[in-house]
Amino acid sequence: MLKTFRRAFVLSLILVMPAFADTFVFTAIPDADETRLKERFQSVADYLDSKLDVDVRYIPVKSYAAAVSAFRNNQVQLAWFGGLSGVRARALVPGSEAIAQGKEDQAFETYFIAHDSTGLKPSDDFPMDIKGNTFTFGSKGSTSGRLMPEYHIREAFNAAPEEVFERVGFSGNHSRTIRLVEAGTYQVGAVNFKVWEKEVASGDVNTDDVQVIWKTPTYPDYQWTIRGDADQRFGDGFTDRVRQALLSMSDPALLEKFPRSAFVPASNADYEPIRNTAEKIGIID
Amino acid sequence: MLASPTVRVTLIVTVVGILCAFLGDLAITTVNPWQDLKDLFLGVVTPDFFSIDQVGVALLRTVAFAFVGVALGSLAGFLLSLVFGSRVIRIGCAFVRAIHELFWALIFLQFFGFHPLTGVLAIAIPYAGIFAKVYSEILEENDPTPERVLPEGTGRLARFLYARIPDALPHLVTYTSYRLECGLRSSAILGFVGLPTLGFYLESSFSQGYYSEVGAILILFYVLIATLRHWARPRLIPAYLVAAPFFLGDGLPIVWGNVSRFFTQDIVPAPIRDGDGLGALGDWLTQLLLNEALPGIWNTLLLTQIALVCTGLVTLIAFPLISRHFGNRVSRGGGHVLLVIARSTPEYMLAYILLQLWGPSMLPAVVALALHNGGIIGHLIGRRSNEIQLRPDAPSGFNRYSYELIPRVYPPFLAFLFYRWEIIMRETAILGILGIHTLGFYVDSAIQEIRFDRAILLILVTALLNIAIDVTSRRVRRYLRLQTRVTCEGH
Repeated sequence: MLKTFRRAFVLSLILVMPAFADTFVFTAIPDADETRLKERFQSVADYLDSKLDVDVRYIPVKSYAAAVSAFRNNQVQLAWFGGLSGVRARALVPGSEAIAQGKEDQAFETYFIAHDSTGLKPSDDFPMDIKGNTFTFGSKGSTSGRLMPEYHIREAFNAAPEEVFERVGFSGNHSRTIRLVEAGTYQVGAVNFKVWEKEVASGDVNTDDVQVIWKTPTYPDYQWTIRGDADQRFGDGFTDRVRQALLSMSDPALLEKFPRSAFVPASNADYEPIRNTAEKIGIID
Repeated sequence: MLASPTVRVTLIVTVVGILCAFLGDLAITTVNPWQDLKDLFLGVVTPDFFSIDQVGVALLRTVAFAFVGVALGSLAGFLLSLVFGSRVIRIGCAFVRAIHELFWALIFLQFFGFHPLTGVLAIAIPYAGIFAKVYSEILEENDPTPERVLPEGTGRLARFLYARIPDALPHLVTYTSYRLECGLRSSAILGFVGLPTLGFYLESSFSQGYYSEVGAILILFYVLIATLRHWARPRLIPAYLVAAPFFLGDGLPIVWGNVSRFFTQDIVPAPIRDGDGLGALGDWLTQLLLNEALPGIWNTLLLTQIALVCTGLVTLIAFPLISRHFGNRVSRGGGHVLLVIARSTPEYMLAYILLQLWGPSMLPAVVALALHNGGIIGHLIGRRSNEIQLRPDAPSGFNRYSYELIPRVYPPFLAFLFYRWEIIMRETAILGILGIHTLGFYVDSAIQEIRFDRAILLILVTALLNIAIDVTSRRVRRYLRLQTRVTCEGH
């Protein structure tokens, strides 16, 4: 019996040995329907694999923080981050850079959505009468689902969300926010406008039960970020080749996965506003 | 009557529980909670086993992580149990088992990342602490006679192997196989934080409302647990153990620099890391304790006490369902099925499901904890009640229940309830990850904000609170002169 245990132990130690020495691994924040993550990004992995001369692998993660940690720990070298997760990741990995963003990410928006029973109506000004309702953000680490809506709520009421609303929750991702507000579990929610538009277009939202009541001013959001040591590990000019591969992605079926119309160049400086906002509400040091 | 310690303790716990229920938030906030419940039920009866292509692999991984984790835990626990007399070892074991598997997984994820070792250690470490304690209790309870008849000068090892082990072995095996079942539950749950086990897919499918996929995963999980004793035969175990490490998946390679960075930088409090001095550290600590630890402790205790009373209620309602003193063969069969489902469903999974259906409050957590723990204790008390012989002219129905059985099973009932107090608290804390504002909520927030210094401190607070409950529970049990047999799946 003991012998068996020992054998099992030795075997599990053997598994500690690195297995994927020179595979280029990327991940993406799980911002929408997590059951489809693999099919969503596997085609992107295949595309990159064909454009770069290394093996490319996609690995799904369960949370925004897990994406940042995997990037920081060098278990992934490239990531499709949100604005905030990208800022966090680049602060933790010196030398890493934002290399491309979606065309829409230059002017991204958050939609505040409300359940029909609240009687809230669409308006151009911040909807002050959301006060006292129940409210859900997306993931705790989301830019469009947490950072920007919380910023605007704090600006409008000069108080923390917990003081403004009867109940505050974190749904986990944008599709779930839509589902929760649609079902009335929460009366009001904040959602990534691209996910909202995609779900409405595909008929997954019952717009009799839930509608957009306010749109935030625009801000920069998602971007591809690569580690600073990528050239050293995968050869000179590798970062440029990755950037080129991303910028030249033109297959609508691939772009639809994000969903974006095209990718355009990005730089770390583009995300200064996000970092400032995050510091203001105290979720980064 | 008030002079009886049993009555007094029962009254105090009940009154505290009711007070907590007034202070806690127990609302159902969904507009239409029954619609989702109906959809879920429809999903379970129309399971879709083919839409998730990974589900077979996930099932395999769930079993593999459970086997490797429990095997390592039991080996380490056995070795530790031999030196359990040492105070340091005892405290160390109490400490590692006070931290929930999910917290361990969240910690290891930060530096081992998506490597199988994360899942294996997340199970093995807390289990080692539990095994050490229970194994040492089993060895201690041994009949001392065989040792006395050994000749003078028998070596310690021979003494141990020939006089202690043979007597204790059946109990050790029974307990270990029970823990294997727990290990399968833990392994499945680890998927919720990103390991490739069943929980990973359950969480994803549930959050999208793909109830037929949820149904398929739940059914697979119940079948796995219910058939455990048929496929996990003692003779096959060595084969499973040898095979299991090969089915953990390859994950991603460990970068060892991350490990040292985690311990030398990440978990060092930010003011010290940035060299801001002791004053800043004081502020940092005060802020963390006031804004996160205290509200977390308060909510954790509220929820624990409500759940403890409700667990007691569920137990008292549930145990007659399988007791031979009530009903007939058919009704007891149904009762067994109900209790098996209640205790096989991990409370984390149950709370997750109920939270989706009823909205965010303490209610889903209370119901989940009460059903799961009430199912376990109800099963034990039901079995205990079967050993009771009633007089032929004993009353039937409610009088039999209240005048014949309750007085007889009440002491073991209280013993098991208090035994699980600490377990309920540990689960309560972890349920915070789902959004209820117990300690786990603040731990999860700190991790989402990549502030591991705060996360670790809050996990320490959780562990200390758990140890405090454990000590209190032992005192109460001693005050009531209650004994639990350790081999009775108490943990």
